[in-house]
Amino acid sequence: MKVARQLTLWIAVVSLAAAVACGGKKPPVARPMPPPPPPPNSTSSSRPPAPPQPVSEPTIVPPEPVPDDAISSASLDDLNKNSPLKPVFYELDSSELGPESLKTLDENAALLKRYSTWAVTVEGHCDERGTAEYNLALGERRALAARAYLVSLGIAADRMRTVSYGKEFPFEPGNSEAAFSKNRRAHFVITAK
Amino acid sequence: MTKFLLTSAFAAAMLAAWPHAQQPPPQQPPPAPQQPSEVFTVLDSGGTGAPRLAIPDFIALSADAETASIAKTISQVLWDDLNFEREFVFIPRDVYSSIPRATSFDDVPFDRWRELNADGVIVGTVQKTGTAIRVEIKLVNVRTRQSAFSRQYDGTAANPRLFAHTISDELHKSQRALNGVARSKLTFDSDRDGERMSGLMQNRSIKEIYISDYDGENQRRVTVGKTLNIAPRWSPDGRSIAYTSYRRGGANIFISNIFQGTLDEVTKGDKVGENWLPAWSPDGTRVAFSSTRDGNPEIYVANRDGSNVRRITNHPSIDITPTWSPTGTQIAFTSDRTGTPQIYVVGSDGLNLSKRSSDGYCDRPTWSPAPYNEIAYSSRSGPGFDIRVIDLATGQSTALTNGEGTNESPAYSPNGRHIVFTSTRAGKVQVFTMARDGRNVRQITRTGNNEKPDWSR
Repeated sequence: MKVARQLTLWIAVVSLAAAVACGGKKPPVARPMPPPPPPPNSTSSSRPPAPPQPVSEPTIVPPEPVPDDAISSASLDDLNKNSPLKPVFYELDSSELGPESLKTLDENAALLKRYSTWAVTVEGHCDERGTAEYNLALGERRALAARAYLVSLGIAADRMRTVSYGKEFPFEPGNSEAAFSKNRRAHFVITAK
Repeated sequence: MTKFLLTSAFAAAMLAAWPHAQQPPPQQPPPAPQQPSEVFTVLDSGGTGAPRLAIPDFIALSADAETASIAKTISQVLWDDLNFEREFVFIPRDVYSSIPRATSFDDVPFDRWRELNADGVIVGTVQKTGTAIRVEIKLVNVRTRQSAFSRQYDGTAANPRLFAHTISDELHKSQRALNGVARSKLTFDSDRDGERMSGLMQNRSIKEIYISDYDGENQRRVTVGKTLNIAPRWSPDGRSIAYTSYRRGGANIFISNIFQGTLDEVTKGDKVGENWLPAWSPDGTRVAFSSTRDGNPEIYVANRDGSNVRRITNHPSIDITPTWSPTGTQIAFTSDRTGTPQIYVVGSDGLNLSKRSSDGYCDRPTWSPAPYNEIAYSSRSGPGFDIRVIDLATGQSTALTNGEGTNESPAYSPNGRHIVFTSTRAGKVQVFTMARDGRNVRQITRTGNNEKPDWSR
């Protein structure tokens, strides 16, 4: 080991000296690439010879899917920051899907059909006008309502899991109805693409 | 039963969360009374009404500053502890300065205390004994100059407040036949550390479980989940906390054995659905909770190791937030089977269901300890909530808070005389305590949002 290291150091010093000697005198000239160095097994004494490479079929690489738009090229994080899947909003104490919500879910269903590899979590959220405890179950009911409608539109149930966060993660702080109505929602998080 | 040791990273983080590393959290054994067989007399006011007491600063028998400071702390905390139960009337501290300070039990100026109309004086001494301290106290009848209660305590100087809490509980026991709560503890969830959920939901504050003394002192964190850990409940023996945790993605029931540093997973597996809001049976052997494992939220009871799961309710509506009766024979819970959330009571065998509330929207029932027979709950009142109590004998409901902020999540003290709850009256959601009649409101937490409290047994 020690000998080898000294040898390496010596080679380095010599080649550095050579480089310095050449430098400055001649303008740089394009030269052919030196041949590849011989395999190291002949020079370094301690290492055993490398095993022969196994003969193998060339691996077939599937063609890269051509990204057709910004959505399929975005990372999961970026996708979720400005999600193409829009949230659905609910009335106070309710998990019913109004006409507006159904329209949103129709659009979400179209996206989920187009990007058929996506898996999502449907999160149920509530506002602070409900109690912390009961809201855990109400949020679940909201998430299930949204998921059930998407299933009825032909989205596979196993692509969508649900979770309720009750009123633990409000989207809008503040205690105005404007804030509350934003917090009563089913929120979509894309978890795989 | 799934019982696994904390992973080393988790354990290290947990230790880092404690102010005193490697020492498991508090519960130093309370200082042992030295003369347990002593006979006490009961001090009274000599007429009607509660006895009038004074607690002058305890006498430091060692000359150093630490002993003086400990002596002052113990006497002041003792005042607060005794005052909490309203069993005695206290002569205001600001008149004490007019009275000469005693230097031992032998030169207490009883005549001067008599002039202030005191019935009794609590005199205490504090002495350093190596690394420990010795505290001696006497409750002296000012008229007879007889000691009604006297005890000596030896213990560590690390937590002088625990001396006061122990003295207070023993004084209440001997003088008023009352189980005081000075050594009881609170638990609640909090986002105070401002830590964020990792991964796809990075803009969300996590919540962790905290504990504190009954008066809000010694607040410390007991979970490191980097997720939502919410709705903690003390085990009856005060050594474990059951709570709802999202560490597996969905909601599940976990039990932290906080003095061993171990974690039990009560609900686990692929088919268990969401699991929320555990409540300990009074004997600590079982846990009631709400689960969607059969399709929609129902109340279940399992052994504390998760075995022997039995379903208690059977209705397509929401059934959630269970609480046990003091004897463990009944469970109260919230159900919206009539359209709005209401309080129901059912036998712990699932029989004899009855509706007990009739307000517009009720949740978080908490059954009082005996001798009271009532259920405290959150009731919608206008835009927010107030704490109300149903007397189970008469069915009468009474408001304990009246629209100061929104008030939620009541839980009883072990003697049933106090209620811990949350309120937004001071801004964010904070933990407060109040007497069971709604008076003597005290703020317990001040940092972050602190919610869903419980009081140890």
